[in-house]
Amino acid sequence: MGNPGKLERPMPERNQGKYVLRLYVTGTTNRSILAISNLKKICEEYLEGKYDLEVIDLYKNPGLAKGNQIIAAPTLIKKLPLPFRRIIGDMSNKEKVLLGLDMREVKEK
Amino acid sequence: MKKTPSKPAIKSLHKSPSGIQGFDEITGGGLPTGRPTLVCGGAGCGKTLFGMEFLVRGATQFNEPGIFMSFEETIEELTQNVASLGFDLDDLVKNKKIALDYVRVERSEIEETGEYDLEGLFIRLAYAIDKIGAKRVVLDTIESLFAGLPNQLILRAELRRLFHWLKEKGVTAIITGERGDETLTRQGLEEYVSDCVIMLDHRVTEQTSTRRLRVVKYRGSTHGTNEYPFLIDENGFSVLPITSLGLNHIVSNKRISSGIPLLDKMLEGKGYYRGSTVLVSGTAGVGKTSIAAHFAEAACKRGERVLYFCFEESPNQLMRNMLSIGIKLKPWVRKGLLQFHATRPTFYGLEMHLAVTHKIVNVFKPDIVILDPINTFVVSDIEHEVKTMLMRMVDFLKSEQITALFTSLTSGGSTLENSDVGISSLIDTWLLLRDIELSGERNRGLYVLKSRGMANSNQIREFIITDHGVELRDAYIGASGGLTGSARVAQEALDNTEVLTRKNEIERKKREIEQKRKALESQIAVLQSDFDSAESEAVKLIKTEQDMIKKLEQDRIEMAVSRKAVMGKSATGK
Repeated sequence: MGNPGKLERPMPERNQGKYVLRLYVTGTTNRSILAISNLKKICEEYLEGKYDLEVIDLYKNPGLAKGNQIIAAPTLIKKLPLPFRRIIGDMSNKEKVLLGLDMREVKEK
Repeated sequence: MKKTPSKPAIKSLHKSPSGIQGFDEITGGGLPTGRPTLVCGGAGCGKTLFGMEFLVRGATQFNEPGIFMSFEETIEELTQNVASLGFDLDDLVKNKKIALDYVRVERSEIEETGEYDLEGLFIRLAYAIDKIGAKRVVLDTIESLFAGLPNQLILRAELRRLFHWLKEKGVTAIITGERGDETLTRQGLEEYVSDCVIMLDHRVTEQTSTRRLRVVKYRGSTHGTNEYPFLIDENGFSVLPITSLGLNHIVSNKRISSGIPLLDKMLEGKGYYRGSTVLVSGTAGVGKTSIAAHFAEAACKRGERVLYFCFEESPNQLMRNMLSIGIKLKPWVRKGLLQFHATRPTFYGLEMHLAVTHKIVNVFKPDIVILDPINTFVVSDIEHEVKTMLMRMVDFLKSEQITALFTSLTSGGSTLENSDVGISSLIDTWLLLRDIELSGERNRGLYVLKSRGMANSNQIREFIITDHGVELRDAYIGASGGLTGSARVAQEALDNTEVLTRKNEIERKKREIEQKRKALESQIAVLQSDFDSAESEAVKLIKTEQDMIKKLEQDRIEMAVSRKAVMGKSATGK
């Protein structure tokens, strides 16, 4: 839990930069759909206009799982801003998603 | 389900050969095909290697491509590690025989935000499997996931699903797991993988370490239940299924010379049986090694291959020493017929010795194996272990039709029969060398304590080491029992003089009789001449008598004529 706190300082400068997010899902399972809608909601709420989200279906692109070290599904990968993070699950825990996106301070504002 | 039973009703479990030396023998063919197998054990016991060899052998020998999914080591590390065992992973990967996948799970990078599953891993694995048509999969060590993913409930459910999924996929899989305190694996993977469980172990007892393998469970198949020692060396894994041997080896009627003519003579004149086990035991310095060296030399001369394990001397020392008694071993070593292996018994544990012997024998394929001496093992271990080890050794050598010669040092005080680590029951021919201390001398005697299947001599022969090898002297057996050394020489001298006097006596008698005969003959001659002269006299007398008769007749006729008498026919004489 100490990590996000440490990273607060570089964040404001980074806020300018876009959030590059990749969500890996597995077809149209309930969990996948839930994850997509949850994530979209969070992004709209906190990162409006500042994010680049791509949803990738692993069933269609199985080769990507290896290169991106995916094991769990759904997995959200935050490529930018650094640090690199993977957020797994159906994104129903908003707190945790924000924590994973290093946006806890945003929420606190 | 209306299939007519065209095939036999009982369908035994299919097995995939691992290609690991010895392992397939223990399990009767390998790992269960299309099912996951759990390989567990402590750190550094060889789990990863076992999995890797399973894949490499599968890819190279059985044309079954495989996937190695590593959760601990990166691909580079893995490639390097197994390169030392002669596996060229890069090449196999290039040829699509093997695919490597390193799964990195970093706890600090991961945030859990709700329900999830491991479908990503499944997809990844399925993709890899389909890409090269893999038949084998190794997951090493999947338990690392427990460290990376916090939600144990999900993880367990997913692992259960994964193993089911592997079965459905029909791949033969190995899942490795770290050994736990009470359980086979730290995370209780044995709950999920229940078809086949193999445990590897690396134990140190009395400063020597032995690796052991045990098949804990093998559903639907019989298997050896013992702990088997195994080796990891430059050729990879080798498990030694030594305890699985029985007493049903082929028996040969052929005989081979011991290299010592008189010893052969003691064994029906033909020597040892081929494939039998010979024990030469005796106290220090009685010449056990010399007998072994003779045997080795004789075998090499016949063109046979000899493997000589020495546990006390270095090969060079042994060759030098044997040269001093006229046994030349070096040329045979150069020719490749004779091979020495010198190790201290304490260098490895007993099992390991067995394992090493096994391996070397399999490589060299000798006709004769010599262990010189066996009882140095006793130093390193308890007696019954030594016995079981030797039993396995004997069984193994017999099953390979190898004639074995063991030497054994007996300590001076104990009785000879029980000092030989209780292995007498395993031995076919037992030669006993013993000191015979008599009249201030220490001499060596050899006798055949037992020799199965032959009418061996029961004599104690004197055993002499000369500069041209070992010699056996015919036993001196006289009125006062067997004698050796100078006592024998003295007795022989005594005998000789006795014989000489007897001979003289005979000569004298002969002469005497001759004389008697001569005397007789001369007497006969005298008598003959007497007789002859008497005879001639008699003849003369007869003659004169006859002349007289004639004269008288004449006179009578003349008288008649003068008287002018008429002579009748009847009046005349004849």
